[in-house]
Amino acid sequence: MFLKKVALASAMAITAGSAQAACEISARVNIIGNEFAAIQTVGAGAQECTGAEVSTNLTSTHNEINLEGMSGDPSEYTSAIVANSSIVKMVNEDVIRPLDDLVAKHGGALNKGQLITIDGKVMAVAFMANAQHLMYRKDILEQAGVAVPTTYEEMLDVAKAIRDQGIVENPVGGAYAAGWNLGQEFNNMFLGYGGSFFKPGTAEPNVNTEAGINALTMMKALTEYMNPDFLTHDSNATNAEYRAGNVAIMNMWGSRASQQTTTEGVLEEVITGHAIAGPLTVGGGTTPASTLWWDGWTVGKGVSDAEAEATFVALTHGIRPEILNDETSPLAVWLIDGYEPTADSQGVFAAAQMGTPPYPMLPFMGLMHSALGNELADFLQGKESAEQALADVEAAYTAAAKEKGFLE
Amino acid sequence: MRHKTFFWFFLPTGLAMLLFIALPIVSVVTQSIFAPHEAVLVEVENCTPLVGCTTETSIDQEATRLLRDAKPLGRFVGLDIYFDRGHLAIAELKEIWATSESWGGFWDKLSNLPLYRALAFTLTFTFVVTPLTLVLGLVIALAINSLHRHLKGLMIFFSLLPMIVTPLIGSMILFWMIDSRGILGSALIGLSGDPDLSLKASTGLMWISLMVYGLWHASPFAFVVFYAGLQTLPSDQLEASQIDGATRWQQVKYVIVPHLMPLVTFVALIQLMDNFKVFEPVVGFSAQAHAQSLSWFIFNDLGGETRQLSSASATSVITIIGVAILLSPVLVRTWRDFKGAR
Repeated sequence: MFLKKVALASAMAITAGSAQAACEISARVNIIGNEFAAIQTVGAGAQECTGAEVSTNLTSTHNEINLEGMSGDPSEYTSAIVANSSIVKMVNEDVIRPLDDLVAKHGGALNKGQLITIDGKVMAVAFMANAQHLMYRKDILEQAGVAVPTTYEEMLDVAKAIRDQGIVENPVGGAYAAGWNLGQEFNNMFLGYGGSFFKPGTAEPNVNTEAGINALTMMKALTEYMNPDFLTHDSNATNAEYRAGNVAIMNMWGSRASQQTTTEGVLEEVITGHAIAGPLTVGGGTTPASTLWWDGWTVGKGVSDAEAEATFVALTHGIRPEILNDETSPLAVWLIDGYEPTADSQGVFAAAQMGTPPYPMLPFMGLMHSALGNELADFLQGKESAEQALADVEAAYTAAAKEKGFLE
Repeated sequence: MRHKTFFWFFLPTGLAMLLFIALPIVSVVTQSIFAPHEAVLVEVENCTPLVGCTTETSIDQEATRLLRDAKPLGRFVGLDIYFDRGHLAIAELKEIWATSESWGGFWDKLSNLPLYRALAFTLTFTFVVTPLTLVLGLVIALAINSLHRHLKGLMIFFSLLPMIVTPLIGSMILFWMIDSRGILGSALIGLSGDPDLSLKASTGLMWISLMVYGLWHASPFAFVVFYAGLQTLPSDQLEASQIDGATRWQQVKYVIVPHLMPLVTFVALIQLMDNFKVFEPVVGFSAQAHAQSLSWFIFNDLGGETRQLSSASATSVITIIGVAILLSPVLVRTWRDFKGAR
């Protein structure tokens, strides 16, 4: 009898809860986005809406299909969940619509800081921030008798101490897989040394500079302390190494912080020893060798106004303050009102406070990133000099930028 | 009358070929000689969370739309894309030729250009894996053909497994097995006694791993074709050779292989084509730091944050030309046979 009452009470509570958070839409919503846990939460929130179908396609390969999926009239997807880097191609190809009128009509609950504006128009609504920062094993650092590093130079000393004492053979982790990951690690280090990717006000490349050579030299020094397979390790593989206890210190995405200790099969000493800190600086600079990111949603241009409105309402519902609870709060650094920072988020907050530069939202940055990811592996394998590798990057970028009409 | 019958008989196939083979090729060629319009750039103010507002460069949508509406195909660039550094790299080639003093230096600098580096891997892969596939396929076919009939079905099934497994999955399974902590990787470390041995860290060993995968994946195809061929082998010829005192090796060399020769040509053709387009293992083995192929370039051009459609199209056309060159000796011979037969 008691059980029945409890069941009835909770059923009523659930009904009451969903009634309170009612979300009525009248046209289809279809969302494409990345698959990590925070985005799953937003997708599930949007799917609570009733009145029309809300579908989601959340996959790690979203970047290969989202532009096609958002093109066309009507487009397959009504919304793409994007980040600093991927909104650029949506703007370049003109497939997302300005949201100012919808924000005025339905966006009362949104925080002004969440609105991503390009040329004065709201083009996306951000819901989380991300940055790469330090993750380390405090037990191993204590055992080696070294302090937590704040610069990459100190990280090399820490790595040397750990290896020399025979605690971990390859103590440094890094997502150095050739391609996007490797390009991103260069971006971090290059910005840390004060580099700028392009000559001011132009699309001319500017990486074959002192900052570029310093960045590559530091990356090469770090790889000496990495698993020899580092050129095949993306962030998933690097995290697997960390959770298996094979890595003691690494620069890793904040969005992965909460999963380092909760993923199935993590070693006990990793769970107790895991710690995070802000991003590192390098070369005596004050700018962290990292980039600041946001994730947010957009609304397609190739859909009807009714569908656009439904999409906006559903996704606003998906990021309302009530989605935050003990389970979802640690998943990301939410940019939602009422978010209480958790222990896992301090790395990203430290990154923001230290003045970490945002990932450049430039139309030609994607081409530069691809060129970096493809051409730097030769240097890290010792096949060519840093100058030659950077000259290759500039040549590859220039060829691509000429094709896309960014350079004459 | 015969021509009319042939015409009606061929019409559906001809239409399908026009629609699914000729037109796409025309479209790819068109896309490779046109590129996107010159970008009209403007300075705009962007505002993002945690950072505030900054002035950044963006694309002027209005101006770009006007350009696109006026010329929807883009700007005509002729063969520029074919000749740029990402493809045939004509200007770079001339410079290397002029500045290199020795052949060694020339090859060194040539292998720094993406297309030539990719060709070096692709051609090595093609010309190592294709003959080995033929030999291994034949050996498996002969071995299984001599088994007891109750065992044959089971063995055929197991031999075909590598071909049944999706290529990408197959290559990923192998990739994990050869990891220095995987079963094959740690076995190799034990055998060689070198704890730092890693198949993924050295270009040479990665190439060998990729070729082993290629052989593993393609042999079942050669096997199944040769096995079918063996079923048509006239037993009287084989018996005659046995009466003449031919050894097992002589039977294979003088009776079986000549009988299977048309099939060998067929398998070689298909394998040359497939291996020249090697793609899945490069992705599955995360091998792009060590080995790249033409197909991988196309994938990379289309999968980046900024899609390079013209570049991908140019690489596709170069691939088609490459396959045509590879197959030309066989095609020329077939044409001669055809003319001779008339």
